[in-house]
Amino acid sequence: MPAIGQSMPRAASRRMVAGGGRYLDDHAARGEWHVAFLRSPFPHARFTLDTAPARALPGVEAVLLAADLAAVCRPWQTTSASFPGLVSPAQTPLADGRATWQGEPVAMILAASRAIAEDAAEAIAADWTELPAITSPEAALAPGAPLVHPGLADNRAWGQEWRRGEPEAAFAEAALVVEERLVFTRHTGVALEPRGAVAEWDGGTLMLRLSHQMPHQMRLHLAEQLDLAVNRVRVICGDVGGGFGLKMHVYQDEMAVAAACRLLSRPLRWVADRMESLMADIHAREHVVQARMAVDAQGMITAMEIDDLQGLGAVSIYPRSSTVEAMSLLRVVGAPYRFAHALGRTTCVLQNKVPTGQYRGVGAPIGCAVTERLVEKAARARGEDSWQFRTRNLLRADEMPRISAFGAALHGLHHHTAMDQAAALIDLPALRAEIAAGRAAGRVLGLGVAVTVEFTASGPAIYGPAGVGVAATDTVVVTLEPTGELSAQASISEIGQGITQGLAQVLADAVGVPASAVQVGAGDTASSPHGGGAWASRGAAIGGEAAWGAGRLLRTQLLEGAAALLQAAPDSLDIRDGAITDAAGVPRMTLAALARTMLFRGHEMPQGVTPGLSATYQYRREADPTLANNGVHAALVEIDPLTGLVRVLRYWMVGDCGRVLNPLLVDGQYRGGVATGIGEALLEACRYDQETGQFMSGTLADYLLPMAPDIPDITLGHVETPYPGSVLGAKGAGESGTCGAPAAVLNAVNDALAAASGGAVTEMPIHPMAVLRALGAMA
Amino acid sequence: MLPLEEPLAEIACMVNGRPISGRVVLRQSLVEWLRAELGLTGSHVGCAHGVCGACHLRLDGVVVRGCLVLAVQADGADVETIEAASGPEVTALREAFVEHGALQCGFCTPGMILQAAELLLGGGPLSREAIREQLSGNYCRCTGYQPIIDAVQAAGAALQAQAGGAGGE
Repeated sequence: MPAIGQSMPRAASRRMVAGGGRYLDDHAARGEWHVAFLRSPFPHARFTLDTAPARALPGVEAVLLAADLAAVCRPWQTTSASFPGLVSPAQTPLADGRATWQGEPVAMILAASRAIAEDAAEAIAADWTELPAITSPEAALAPGAPLVHPGLADNRAWGQEWRRGEPEAAFAEAALVVEERLVFTRHTGVALEPRGAVAEWDGGTLMLRLSHQMPHQMRLHLAEQLDLAVNRVRVICGDVGGGFGLKMHVYQDEMAVAAACRLLSRPLRWVADRMESLMADIHAREHVVQARMAVDAQGMITAMEIDDLQGLGAVSIYPRSSTVEAMSLLRVVGAPYRFAHALGRTTCVLQNKVPTGQYRGVGAPIGCAVTERLVEKAARARGEDSWQFRTRNLLRADEMPRISAFGAALHGLHHHTAMDQAAALIDLPALRAEIAAGRAAGRVLGLGVAVTVEFTASGPAIYGPAGVGVAATDTVVVTLEPTGELSAQASISEIGQGITQGLAQVLADAVGVPASAVQVGAGDTASSPHGGGAWASRGAAIGGEAAWGAGRLLRTQLLEGAAALLQAAPDSLDIRDGAITDAAGVPRMTLAALARTMLFRGHEMPQGVTPGLSATYQYRREADPTLANNGVHAALVEIDPLTGLVRVLRYWMVGDCGRVLNPLLVDGQYRGGVATGIGEALLEACRYDQETGQFMSGTLADYLLPMAPDIPDITLGHVETPYPGSVLGAKGAGESGTCGAPAAVLNAVNDALAAASGGAVTEMPIHPMAVLRALGAMA
Repeated sequence: MLPLEEPLAEIACMVNGRPISGRVVLRQSLVEWLRAELGLTGSHVGCAHGVCGACHLRLDGVVVRGCLVLAVQADGADVETIEAASGPEVTALREAFVEHGALQCGFCTPGMILQAAELLLGGGPLSREAIREQLSGNYCRCTGYQPIIDAVQAAGAALQAQAGGAGGE
């Protein structure tokens, strides 16, 4: 039975349930000093620091400032040909005289323990002069607004216009125009394992342990900033306690640890505490969106227009740029639907806040929420069932490939199949009857639907032409061990999503061994080949192809060796279940015996036959910049009219991520992604005081995450449309749940409100007070 | 090496079934001491302010948040961490967690298993609501909780089947 397509738990999970996970903070270096940072308590301030009182504390080894690290670390600055004219100032590991966001590191203390280092941070005599701070994106654009950085013309970082067809004419001629202003509050990733760095310098090579999604990329940046050859930097990411995008950026604090280690030749350890994480991990998705949709008399969408204002933070994050989120948002606007006219404006502004960055789903959850809110409004204005409105307007599979009105490449999307499957899973007539009965009994119930298109598994055509050093090709190296088992190393990273298990199953089928005989490692640049790591839901679609290619190459090599030993033609032999067999499947020789002969008794190998026990394959997708996938989401919610609290009672999702390598893992990604999206819709917010710009969400008592009672059971369905351009046909799955859930929940809440009071909410997360206002229960 | 000025205290306690004595930093939490001094890294620090549940461990048989207990408070106590946690409940939970995909990154898992074991030890009914309530102080950012609920139910059913089987003999 093939291993591909089987539900198999990730092999490492057995170690982890026994307490054997090995995360960043579980590694120690002998003689290490502990690091704490003094961080700016103000969103914008000039400062001078007297470190003498800190240095005088017993146990404090050193206190470093910007100038100290400048001796070994170059500044870095985000530039990208995808964002011409981007305004984003250079960054250094520690701010030098002026902090531009609350939480920006300004001094670094090295001490015998973390507690002593934190004491010392408090002992630094800091003289702060507060400067005017910009936190709201709209205030950033106001005439005469204070500048986030001195010397700027204004706070605009980047913007673009997008136009297809004749949008003005389409809106003028429309039978119906619906519009909405939607506000999205920042949230952050909250991987349960915080970021950190453990650094060692041996005089020639820097070794840095990180909790990161892309070890090779960090190796490149560390080498560039610290003026080291890239092969003199080793980055090790062991078990990573969740990534979700927040662990794919260059952070000042991590770079500071590396630079200080290089400067002082001393092992250093820093692990963020949760307050540092909430304050200094990237935030994401702060947008104010004005959008409208034109519909003709037959109920067909003809045009969409969107004006998106994005808050980037103090800089555009390095190296990919925070503006990617706005691009990703624009690309998914209206993507499931058929219309020809589009108008888009994107404005990205700097703020005195921590930088934003790519986070699970990037801009897609917002683009989907905007689109699906307008779809609901249009259907409601027509007095029509929105399911019917969607079905009519969704692109049929035979209308693809095509480029959407907002410029997205669509191929192989089967929306109607997914809708039909979703309708069956939900049992729509029964559910509607249940909702009607509930409402009649006074319950405030609502059903919300969202259709998603998501662009996954980015190929080289995205960052390559942008001139950003991000690898989009990936490699797998596989070796036959003398035990007959396979060991492999992948450039794709394992961050808990289980991709090493998926790759093991691909290698098992490609070579002809049981999946239990394959071990896949990743994350250490000293042993894993070059490649991109974990981003853009690319593990199966790109890493899977690399694993297949490597496995097939090794298989050919092993058959050549076996054929020479067995005096048979290679094509008369097969590899099945770990053994060389004849064409009928009769075992002739185990792979263990073959490996031992090739390795230890090379003298027995026929002359000229040295096929090798290892094979390497680099996969590069030449066609299709991204692989589009699609899905249908539905949420049933209930509002407590006394408190305004929203409860998600049931949730359904149908996804099409192409070929499913391992259903257990894909279902885990879907459900986890939906939970992320429910949190985004109802709970998670990085809030700032409007007067002072102070960050108000610095603990997990202030930043609310979904807990077990907040997430209902999620019913899943699968449509499997393999991507025809690859061997395995997988597309991305890791972010799909997050792309649709905020839209489905928003629509469900508004469905409930429409029936109860005719009100609506337009801000996410959906605050209970906003719900009460929409119910007319609060002024 | 810590400076002389750092206040320390002598403690003696049982850790994972073995008597331990040592000097602990007065302000160090129990979970930090177990991790840094005893190398018991199975309990994780996810927030250090008592919200996330990743640091759960057993103190005198009761599950506590290891970040909210000082190491000195463990003097004379019996401490058990995920590494040594045993008994049929934990064994069944470990098996079911793996089987049901109830962990992805695994960072919350030790705390989840100890917290769920309390429910199984209590012997009450294992409705999905009861399990969700029991685990409501343990954050998981990866799974959406459903596979964890599945695993706890399955572990409960497996234990019941074992007990039923034993009773029938």
